[in-house]
Amino acid sequence: MANVRVAIVAEPLDITTEIEKVTAGRGDIGAVVTFTGLCRDEDGRLEALELEHYPGMAENEVRRIAEQAAGRWEISDITILHRHGTVRPGETIVLVVTASKHRHAAFESAEFVMDFLKTHAPFWKKEHTAAGAVSWVSARQSDDDAEERWNTPD
Amino acid sequence: MKLVYFAWVRERIGMAEETVEPPRNVETVQDLLGWLRTRGDAYDFALGESAAIRVALDHDHADHDASLAGVREVALFPPMTGG
Repeated sequence: MANVRVAIVAEPLDITTEIEKVTAGRGDIGAVVTFTGLCRDEDGRLEALELEHYPGMAENEVRRIAEQAAGRWEISDITILHRHGTVRPGETIVLVVTASKHRHAAFESAEFVMDFLKTHAPFWKKEHTAAGAVSWVSARQSDDDAEERWNTPD
Repeated sequence: MKLVYFAWVRERIGMAEETVEPPRNVETVQDLLGWLRTRGDAYDFALGESAAIRVALDHDHADHDASLAGVREVALFPPMTGG
């Protein structure tokens, strides 16, 4: 079974540290894939995102997604870190690190994780604009479609 | 039964959580949503578009036809937008 590390955090995330945590002292890893999801400024319109989450469920659900990925691909390590609270443009919202002997497992599992996080992890984004407007971000049909493709047999 | 609300469901209802005792004929999530909507305009505003309401029972995602038997915590929220 893969080494699974998940956390929901209020502090800034650092990809270099997370890669180092996975690879330090290891000679068995042949591929590391990382995904970093950043907060966009929407052409200067956005001042910050506020990420609400369901504290009792979010970490469990993210862990479930990590374990599903580990069951489906031959990965040795998987890290998923997700921010909550206020995130400003340029800051990281989500980090995924997957490691495996060969690249395909690491690539595909990272993509799978992101598609399921979008539709299953209990987080909600609220936009705060520079002009002072506040609104909830709507879910996208394209995210449902992205998840759906993993449900068809390989 | 404890109810917890998130995002615009929470804002429209006007509270983050509450404890309720639904009548005996409330057996499924769908029944619960119907009953809650009778409790006032805020609930009706929050839950009226029921296709947009996602549900978790004791921290597991569930469908609207799921049974509430033995469930301690019901979460109601809009489609998720994390990642």
